[in-house]
Amino acid sequence: MCTVCGCGSETHSHDHPHDHDHGHGHGHDHDHDHDHDHDHDHGRDLHFGTGPARAHVPGMTQSRLVSIEQDILAHNDALAAENREILRDKGILALNLVSSPGSGKTTLLCRTAGDLKGRFAVSVIEGDQQTSFDADRIRAIGVPALQVNTGKGCHLDAQMVRRAIDKLAPADDSVLFIENVGNLVCPAGFDLGEAAKVVILSVTEGEDKPLKYPDMFAAAKVLLLTKTDLLPHLSFDVERCLGYARKINPALAVMRLSATGGEGLEAWYDWIAERRRQVLAARAAALEAKLDAVRNALNRG
Amino acid sequence: MHEMSLTEGILQMLEDQAKAQAFSRVLTIWLEIGELSTVDPDALTFCFEALRSGTLADGARVEIIRLPGQAFCMDCARTVRLAQRYDSCPDCGGDSLQVTGGDEMRVKELEVE
Repeated sequence: MCTVCGCGSETHSHDHPHDHDHGHGHGHDHDHDHDHDHDHDHGRDLHFGTGPARAHVPGMTQSRLVSIEQDILAHNDALAAENREILRDKGILALNLVSSPGSGKTTLLCRTAGDLKGRFAVSVIEGDQQTSFDADRIRAIGVPALQVNTGKGCHLDAQMVRRAIDKLAPADDSVLFIENVGNLVCPAGFDLGEAAKVVILSVTEGEDKPLKYPDMFAAAKVLLLTKTDLLPHLSFDVERCLGYARKINPALAVMRLSATGGEGLEAWYDWIAERRRQVLAARAAALEAKLDAVRNALNRG
Repeated sequence: MHEMSLTEGILQMLEDQAKAQAFSRVLTIWLEIGELSTVDPDALTFCFEALRSGTLADGARVEIIRLPGQAFCMDCARTVRLAQRYDSCPDCGGDSLQVTGGDEMRVKELEVE
């Protein structure tokens, strides 16, 4: 930018770098004045009205306004879209499991992965701030698992999951469970490239959690109400809880289950199997289209 | 505190834009934060002020523009105001609402030099 006239070359956001033969703009402070004659090319027009007052003030170093209009999460969303494409091409159904700490995510996941591993390939990405305890638990039942430690981070992001996918290398046409950091707040905003967020709420928690943490319940496609074997000992009002959840998200699918007692698990497994069938059908169609294209090319000689 | 990583995302965006649009300092940053978004404006401002030093946004001012929550009510077949995600339709009291606005988290504009 020319600091004499304030003529920023652009006021709209764009990505291509343009050549600048004077080398400022590299983040260091520079207070040198530009009071030489400048006949460098500004394109066809001279703009003096891009400063904050939309007017030129002679002799003053002028700041300017640049329009950005970019989502704060744009970078994460772009990476998540890449993850989604990678997973789709490999026919992998990825589910992002989110809940409060202590809801029993890992227990449910151990049970689910253990029960499903005989039907199709299953693998797990475990997110926690520290320790590899959860991945160890999953590996102990003979299911491939990779631990991601977020350190001080309160959620997984798309880049972490990308690196985890690269390292874990889940099998084609498999199911990948991503157990997020136990937190009903932050993971809501971060797309990982999953097919669905599955929110887990145990009946030992408050039935008003859907209203207290609405962003997560709005972002989820499925609600698993867990530990239902404990209901006789609690005053948890299931219908009230589900009413709150549907108030936030009318399209939310709901399943009630107990990982310990086993009731309700079949409906959950059926839901996974159906989603996996859809992913595989889409992959088969894409591969057939590719095969047709190759055959056509072959026939044309 | 996902506001911390959101702030890092904003600073990364500023670095990228500084290269693309040839500026070296950010004086003011205008953020559009919807009422129904997953971010707390005060926490975001706090994180920005904590992380900006030593970057091209050192000393930069944060201006937050709040965008109102909006939803389409399936029953009324029109757009209504929604202050909270758990609110019902202000007109019919129903809950068949699809959020249509107010979940934005955007960097709108910068004052730079």
